[in-house]
Amino acid sequence: MSLQSKADTASTVAIVDAWEKLAARRRFYTILGLAILFAAFVASVRFADDSNAGHFFDRLPHLFDFLSWLIPKDWNDVWRALLGIASPNDQGGEEHNFTVGRVPLWGGFYIPNYIELMIVTINIALISTLVGFVVAVPLSFFAARNLAPSNPLRILVKRLMEFLRAFPEIVIAGLFSAVLSIGPAAAIIAITLHTIGAVGKLFFEVIENIDMKPDEGMTAVGGNWLERVRFGSLPQVLPNFTSYALLRLEINVRASTIIGAVGGGGIGEALKLSISRGFGAKTMALVLLLFVTIVVVDQVSAALRRRLVGEAAFVPVH
Amino acid sequence: MTVLDASALRDLESRHAHLLHRSFRQRFGGLMMLCGILLYCLYSAWFFDLPKLVAEGHWERLGIYLRQWISYDVQPVFRIGSDGTIATRYPRFNPLGDDPHPDWVSTNPDGSVTVQVSGSKTVHVARKQVDVTAYGVTTPVRLEGENAKVDGPLPGWMTAYEDTISVDLGFAGDVSISGDQVKVRKRFLGWPNFIFDTQSPFFDKPAGEVLRLIISGERLDKSQSNLSLAFENFWNNSAWQHGDIWVKLFQTIVMAFLGTLLGAVFAFPAAFLAARNMTSSHLVNQAMKRFFDFLRSVDMLIWALFLTRAFGPGPLAGSGAIFLTEWGTLGKLYAEGLENIDNKPREGIQSTGASTVLTHRYGVMPQVMPVIVGQTLYQWESNVRGATIIGAVGAGGIGLKLWEAMRTNANWANVCYMVLLILIVVFLFDMASSALRSRLIGDRSR
Repeated sequence: MSLQSKADTASTVAIVDAWEKLAARRRFYTILGLAILFAAFVASVRFADDSNAGHFFDRLPHLFDFLSWLIPKDWNDVWRALLGIASPNDQGGEEHNFTVGRVPLWGGFYIPNYIELMIVTINIALISTLVGFVVAVPLSFFAARNLAPSNPLRILVKRLMEFLRAFPEIVIAGLFSAVLSIGPAAAIIAITLHTIGAVGKLFFEVIENIDMKPDEGMTAVGGNWLERVRFGSLPQVLPNFTSYALLRLEINVRASTIIGAVGGGGIGEALKLSISRGFGAKTMALVLLLFVTIVVVDQVSAALRRRLVGEAAFVPVH
Repeated sequence: MTVLDASALRDLESRHAHLLHRSFRQRFGGLMMLCGILLYCLYSAWFFDLPKLVAEGHWERLGIYLRQWISYDVQPVFRIGSDGTIATRYPRFNPLGDDPHPDWVSTNPDGSVTVQVSGSKTVHVARKQVDVTAYGVTTPVRLEGENAKVDGPLPGWMTAYEDTISVDLGFAGDVSISGDQVKVRKRFLGWPNFIFDTQSPFFDKPAGEVLRLIISGERLDKSQSNLSLAFENFWNNSAWQHGDIWVKLFQTIVMAFLGTLLGAVFAFPAAFLAARNMTSSHLVNQAMKRFFDFLRSVDMLIWALFLTRAFGPGPLAGSGAIFLTEWGTLGKLYAEGLENIDNKPREGIQSTGASTVLTHRYGVMPQVMPVIVGQTLYQWESNVRGATIIGAVGAGGIGLKLWEAMRTNANWANVCYMVLLILIVVFLFDMASSALRSRLIGDRSR
């Protein structure tokens, strides 16, 4: 064996050794990380189980008992509840009073109670997204590094957006329901403020990534800040903005349902009431209605977004 | 500079007709959309009756409640007996303790009482007359039997009702004077008794004194050291409920952690079934994807309400709700990640005759791991926020506590405390999750 090939073997061994050491260390870190995760998981499960009113394994066998009340005695009651038609099972209680809360239109036509509540919830989401969008667009131009008119203002607006995003919505809703009386108005304000913070962040990130050439062109012909924004950047970012706003609309429909459940009116409140009282048919009707609505809103928004920005609309955002 | 004459213009027009003659939709589309949006705004204003709500709103409450976020008040009542003595009473559970003698209430030699509401605003309570000094004016209020009267015109900050006079002293407080009693509300900036409540032996002692007691003082309670007594008093502070709030906050974090982790664990294998390049059965792909959609669309609120009913209120219900929603969301995101991978590494590994498991391990996992880790951390972060809200419907955590504190409209300082804690936790988690993300997957994260 020549000297040369001996040296080659030695260096190969050294390389293999080094690689194995590296691999062993990485494996060790991976296993350590997984072990920590597992320990945290076990501790969390025990903590959650201990501080819950009913314990997991005690309650598990009763899960199906509980699900059984969900099955309505008469399946037709689900449709009657949804459409506000009087039920033959009505014995004067609240479980089958489906005709209550009809909104008369004209003649014999009416909007059933639950449909009306769903419209309220959707309207809350729509108007808050709209107002949030309109406020967030100018704010995001103040917050974008490349277009902000002044640096202190930019920092201020950015912090404001972070604050609005992190502030719990139910606190705003609670505060304004004391001012404006309990109802949808407080929910609108809460969701609007949150929307401003949430979409504002996405918006200024979009603005920071635009092509600055149109803006330079506008500067070259003597455009002021407003004209630069209006003709140089807005056309570039508007499709993305609209896409994000639509995505936000999907989230806001869910948010307005949740805020409704804690006193903001709309369908959330009805659902909470119906589940806590154990009204099978009503709950089924409400879950069905909510499910269909969310699916429809998601699909419509996805289709619109695909038209606006193509497949890029499906990069997940938060 | 060239000047365009008519024929050049026509020439331009014919060459770029599509730019100059735009369709009706292109010309008026934007305008029509704007009109539509304006109409929708009008409709919503009508639908929710917004003008009436705004006009009838109790806007003064907004200021009062916001003020209570960062301040507290003490309300001594001065009752004037028929024999002319003035008795001072403090309401129960007032932040000054059971038998306070604050230095801003002083009894004069003639039996009258002077209350210093703020530097230049004082109330002097005597047997027949109350003198209110504020904004540089002293206004005497005569007490006649049941009624309180002011001779002459009232200053703007005083309001006369049938038998009482109410005085608004701005942030400093207010005074309400009736024939036989004077109620003063004096407002202080800050949170009262944040560390020890009025029942604690450490109450109202300066910090140095408390420290001395804890380190070297005589045992205040024979059964335990002063340190543990101090901690117990702090933890069970009746006004601020530190212990309860911190445990509930921890529940919220645990809910988000458990829900996201379980969701990720269940979503991972399910995503392989849903991705069309991993499982070749179209039926299984579609079934799995629709299942994910179902889990997501039923929505966290509905799951939370169901599980609260099934397991009773508490973090178990909240974790379950987050888990089910997250299973759907993460499953969808993972499946999209899997479908977007480059197939070549897989083919390379398959060509060496590796088994399916090994192909996935070395051909697929390195590509999707950044997506999986990044998305999971994002979801975790956003679930910490979401868990606060679903807590309010009874699914455990700080949400319910927050909601209850707000509903009474009396405890806004506690609300402020909880909001601050939540904000801190959310920011910490934002930071932790982006730090973890950049450690685990490098700078490829956004």
